[in-house]
Amino acid sequence: MTAVKDTVEQVAGLEKYEHGFVTDIEQEFAPRGLNRDTVAFISAKKGEPDWMLAWRLEAFERWSAMESPDWARVSFPPIDYQDATYYAAPRTGGGPLSLDEVDPELLKTYEKLGIPLREQEVLAGVVGAPRYAVDAVFDSVSVVTTFKKELAEVGVIFCSMSEAVREHPELVRKYLGTVVPVTDNFFACLNSAVFSDGSFVYVPPGVRCPMELSTYFRINAAGSGQFERTLIIADKGAYVSYLEGCTAPMRDENQLHAAVVELILLEDAEIKYSTVQNWYPGDPETGKGGIYNFVTKRADCRGDRSRVSWTQVETGSAITWKYPSCVLRGRESVGEFYSIAITNGRQQADTGTKMIHLGEGTRSRIISKGISAGRSSNTYRGLVSAHPKAKGARNFTQCDSLLIGKACAAHTVPYIEARNGACTFEHEATTTRLSEDQLFYVQQRGLSEEEAVQLLVNGFVREVLQELPMEFAVEAQKLVAISLEGSVG
Amino acid sequence: MLSLRNLHARVGEREILKGLSLEIPAGEVHAIMGPNGAGKSTLSYVLTGRPGYEVTSGTAELDGADLLTLAPDERAARGLFLSFQYPLEIPGVPALTFIRTSVNAQRKARGEVEMSAPDFLKRARACAADLKMDFDMLKRPLNVGFSGGEKKRMEILQMALLSPRFMILDETDSGLDIDALRIVSEGVNALRSPDRSLLVITHYQRLLDYIRPDRVHVLAGGRIVASGGPELAHELERDGYDKFARAA
Repeated sequence: MTAVKDTVEQVAGLEKYEHGFVTDIEQEFAPRGLNRDTVAFISAKKGEPDWMLAWRLEAFERWSAMESPDWARVSFPPIDYQDATYYAAPRTGGGPLSLDEVDPELLKTYEKLGIPLREQEVLAGVVGAPRYAVDAVFDSVSVVTTFKKELAEVGVIFCSMSEAVREHPELVRKYLGTVVPVTDNFFACLNSAVFSDGSFVYVPPGVRCPMELSTYFRINAAGSGQFERTLIIADKGAYVSYLEGCTAPMRDENQLHAAVVELILLEDAEIKYSTVQNWYPGDPETGKGGIYNFVTKRADCRGDRSRVSWTQVETGSAITWKYPSCVLRGRESVGEFYSIAITNGRQQADTGTKMIHLGEGTRSRIISKGISAGRSSNTYRGLVSAHPKAKGARNFTQCDSLLIGKACAAHTVPYIEARNGACTFEHEATTTRLSEDQLFYVQQRGLSEEEAVQLLVNGFVREVLQELPMEFAVEAQKLVAISLEGSVG
Repeated sequence: MLSLRNLHARVGEREILKGLSLEIPAGEVHAIMGPNGAGKSTLSYVLTGRPGYEVTSGTAELDGADLLTLAPDERAARGLFLSFQYPLEIPGVPALTFIRTSVNAQRKARGEVEMSAPDFLKRARACAADLKMDFDMLKRPLNVGFSGGEKKRMEILQMALLSPRFMILDETDSGLDIDALRIVSEGVNALRSPDRSLLVITHYQRLLDYIRPDRVHVLAGGRIVASGGPELAHELERDGYDKFARAA
């Protein structure tokens, strides 16, 4: 309830896309273009072992033979993969440093973005300092990871992917690419060849991670893409809550963000994964610029009774193509997907989830709230499937679309495959236009038209906002409001 | 307080108010009765500024200020409140949140300080008790799944908490049983004061036994065709609207 309460007050005075600034910092780049040398360059920059390079090169060969998928309800001109830079890093950064070693310009950037990197304050007991660990990824590298020491004390590994490849090769080799295989899809394959940084988390058996973990992705450099790779492993009976946030400067060009996130859950493990995605959405009038957010996220519930939940608030990006999925392999494992996807201006989103029921007694739940405004297009695409062995599988899907204005579109494309007779799938879907009657009712009580829209939209998405960790719910709510600014009238 | 002169209004191509004039001084309760389709609800929407209800000529003033140029929320901030005939459901927004947001939006618009959460809660509890409403109901999304009677009570609760100066009740009695009618009426009567006025729109005399009007007007064919004291309501109840409808 707190999340909904203060929106109207908070919204006043917020800018339209407040993260659109550029940090002026010396950076180094890979030569423009994509070939084996580019892959080798990235691998060398990261000081990777031979097996990692071989893995990347294999991916590159496979990718070279693949075609970009065209089944999603999004349209964009062909991407020239040779006309981009696949590695960009602040010159100072050869990898994560301790906080005092980080370029002050970078620290300023994160401060401006409202990302707390000041672990000292928390350690020194400053009241009100946010207590969650952050891995800050700036273009292609992780610049700092906070609270590593405190986490290590309980056995939790939280570091950048690059560091994990060097320091924990046994874990990386064991799990990397086992949830999203190299050739899973065009963008995942591209990512496997050129991935730069992302987070690595390992929570040992029986450990409940003592704080929220988060990664903050920032694209800064022009003409580059970001290819994050995140791997989270929750061992038997472990628990972790993880959040990622994303922003980018306003630029006229389209920039590619092709990420892969893999979650692995062993017996009785639980992962809560939340995303607040606010990439630059492009110019609302012309549709120029903005991020192409082509992302593969998948969780593998390998262990019995494991439990995963994806919560996403997708407000940014010119195009979103993303289906965080759950493979429910373990008996009685549980997958959840809570989504708010907002499109405004000329944004396009094709997003949803896949719940693959493989094990007996597995359960899943999908709550999707799509909001389209302006001249945007918003598609929910979801698959719920039960394999012959998944006796007693249950799914509940609720898929609501809200239209604001007359020039936007909402689509719902659910796929359901039940391959045994002992499963229960429920699907509910609604599409409503923001009602003039409701708007007038709220305005009659004293709210302006814009405030009235925000109140109604907040009500519409409340169920999902409640799934976010407290610290981020308020942030997400503000974002929802900003994303819809100027959507009426 | 409220002054309407020769008001003409239409919805789409259809003219519904055809020269309506009405004066409601501060502290008075006026009732408007009339047959279906006479323009009663249209009048309430025209006064509150609902989009689609277009005033083509005439004036409407609240305390000397032109209402017709103001947005609906500006009219609300000046103390105009409409208790809807069919209150809307607002999914996902708890009633308490909704009302507090409204109260503070109005206060802000008037340049007043916002009401603190504890003060608001205290008042909300008291009002809910007066209206014999279960306080837990206020924690649920506004009007979602409420019965017709519960929605009407919720309207009066909102009215009490917003403390408007000019209140319009649009068929508040419909959907209320006798007990609820009495409780709601008591709630309304508690708000009567020398600096507040009330416009009660109803089909039936019944409500006026509880909320005693100073004046009763008959609205037919888009105009006030007869005005009188409370006895006029009884006359209507006995004889029906026929002779007035013909007069229009």
